Amino acid sequence: MGRIGYILLYTCLALVAAFQIFPLLWLVLFSLKDNAQIFSGSPFALPSDPQFGNYLNVWQGGIGLYFFNSVWITGLAIVLTVLFASMATFAITRMNWKLNKFVLGLFMVGLMIPIHSALIPLFSMFLSVNLIDNPLSIVLTYTTYNLPITIMILLGFYYTLPREIEEAAVMDGSSINRLFFTIILPMTTPVMATTVIINMIYNWNEFVFVNTFISSDEYKTLTVGIQNFIGQYMTDWGSIGATLVISIIPVLLAFLFFSNKVVEGISSSAVKG
Amino acid sequence: MQSLGASEMNKVMSNKLMITLYIFPALFLIAVLIIVPLILTGYYGLMDWNGIGSMTFIGMENYINAIQDGAFWDSAWHSLLLALFSTLSLVIYLAVSMILASKIKGADLLRKIYLIPMLLSSVAIAQLWIKVYNPANGILNTILRGIGIENPPAWLANPDVVLYAIFIPILWQYAGFYILIYYAALKNIPESLIESARIDGANPLQIAYKIKLPLIMGVVKVTVVLAIVGSLKYFDLIYVMTGGGPSGSSEVMASYMYDLAFSTNNFGYGSAIGFLLLIITLVVTVIIRKLTASKEDIQY
Repeated sequence: MGRIGYILLYTCLALVAAFQIFPLLWLVLFSLKDNAQIFSGSPFALPSDPQFGNYLNVWQGGIGLYFFNSVWITGLAIVLTVLFASMATFAITRMNWKLNKFVLGLFMVGLMIPIHSALIPLFSMFLSVNLIDNPLSIVLTYTTYNLPITIMILLGFYYTLPREIEEAAVMDGSSINRLFFTIILPMTTPVMATTVIINMIYNWNEFVFVNTFISSDEYKTLTVGIQNFIGQYMTDWGSIGATLVISIIPVLLAFLFFSNKVVEGISSSAVKG
Repeated sequence: MQSLGASEMNKVMSNKLMITLYIFPALFLIAVLIIVPLILTGYYGLMDWNGIGSMTFIGMENYINAIQDGAFWDSAWHSLLLALFSTLSLVIYLAVSMILASKIKGADLLRKIYLIPMLLSSVAIAQLWIKVYNPANGILNTILRGIGIENPPAWLANPDVVLYAIFIPILWQYAGFYILIYYAALKNIPESLIESARIDGANPLQIAYKIKLPLIMGVVKVTVVLAIVGSLKYFDLIYVMTGGGPSGSSEVMASYMYDLAFSTNNFGYGSAIGFLLLIITLVVTVIIRKLTASKEDIQY
């Protein structure tokens, strides 16, 4: 292929990259401006007098609390999902029982269904056990709805674990619990890291469950929190921009440091569809 | 020694109590919070129910109403249009991936840049694109006016264009995801196959169409299913950006169901729509799988 051909191909790729990145650059720029600069200046002009105060104001104005809620709810659900998924994957791939394929199939139903179809019954179930407007309802749904994808990512890795290690441990008189927690779990650290980061992105970004189950401001996470917040600041673009940037920074940082894990998790979660 | 170890292990690994303990947490949660609600949706669909008070059994009435409900079919049509657009856009992603996988320097970095929008929450994407589409100060109309278009549309407020305006950020969100999948599949093709085609005198387009595409057809089929099913159940971004409006012109099946239940307290009818959404999604999945199935599908 000639030089011109390569330049053309690169131009195509660069245009796609620009399309993917431009709205975000614009967001960061207007998060640092005040309305006067946004409405009169060029949209791609650097902020002449960066308004870092936008960030401070929205953080103190309520975003800080939503951020904190997102952190602990995301974190707790990750721990539960990865632990329960690892235990279940261990039982399915390593233990001897007849129904293991059937149970695995049941788990995989969770990958195919539209979650909205389950929303109304979930709401009425939580209502009847007094979990509506209780953060436990979101922790439980996040934990549960991420189990199928997490098990699917773990599954391939568990199938490749050598049996000899387990046999040696069992011969040494190790119990199942010791085998699982001190030998198997540490061996699966790389794939667990992938599931942790995928779970983090899903939980951090989840919207429907919080929006449906939580009504008090004190339990709202960032996604629903910024939705209300932006109502308040409807005309102050700088504050809206700062709010959005704060909400996306954690996943962008995670991507910056663990991009290979993210890529691995997303591709393995999709291709088996 | 080896067989002794194996039989000892078989015994340990057949311990019914331990199997139950290890499978129980995941099985219990999935059964109670996924499987049971799915069944209940169909059941609630047979009820007249406002979500709080008592239920009245009304048989198939909700389902019959749904079939005669123009607003439901409008929302189903919008979901179908989204599915169509998402599927057609796969062609673009495939082309981009083909370029990306043809010994391009920086391909790894580029595919990661493409992926960034997929990592953001739908709420953040929706709020950002509401600003992009802002009629007075949004970046889109600023650019359009800059190139001499006097009266650019008020995108999200215009019932004729709102649906298509919403499709753009949805495609923006998922482009990197599909490119990632195609890129990975293309990188799996042995270099020798492409090399020998080149020696036989095939040009890059022929190689792409006659060699690469058939080899990744299994993956392409999976992405078609993902794009269609994902579109049929799509909700978040549309709900945040327009709430289905103006006057239902961007309503999709899931947002219609959500509004019925959580805005108008019509839980019985909402459940019936939710159940239809489930059935439609499952039926479409099975149909596409059947239509695209072939014996030599490569398993990745």
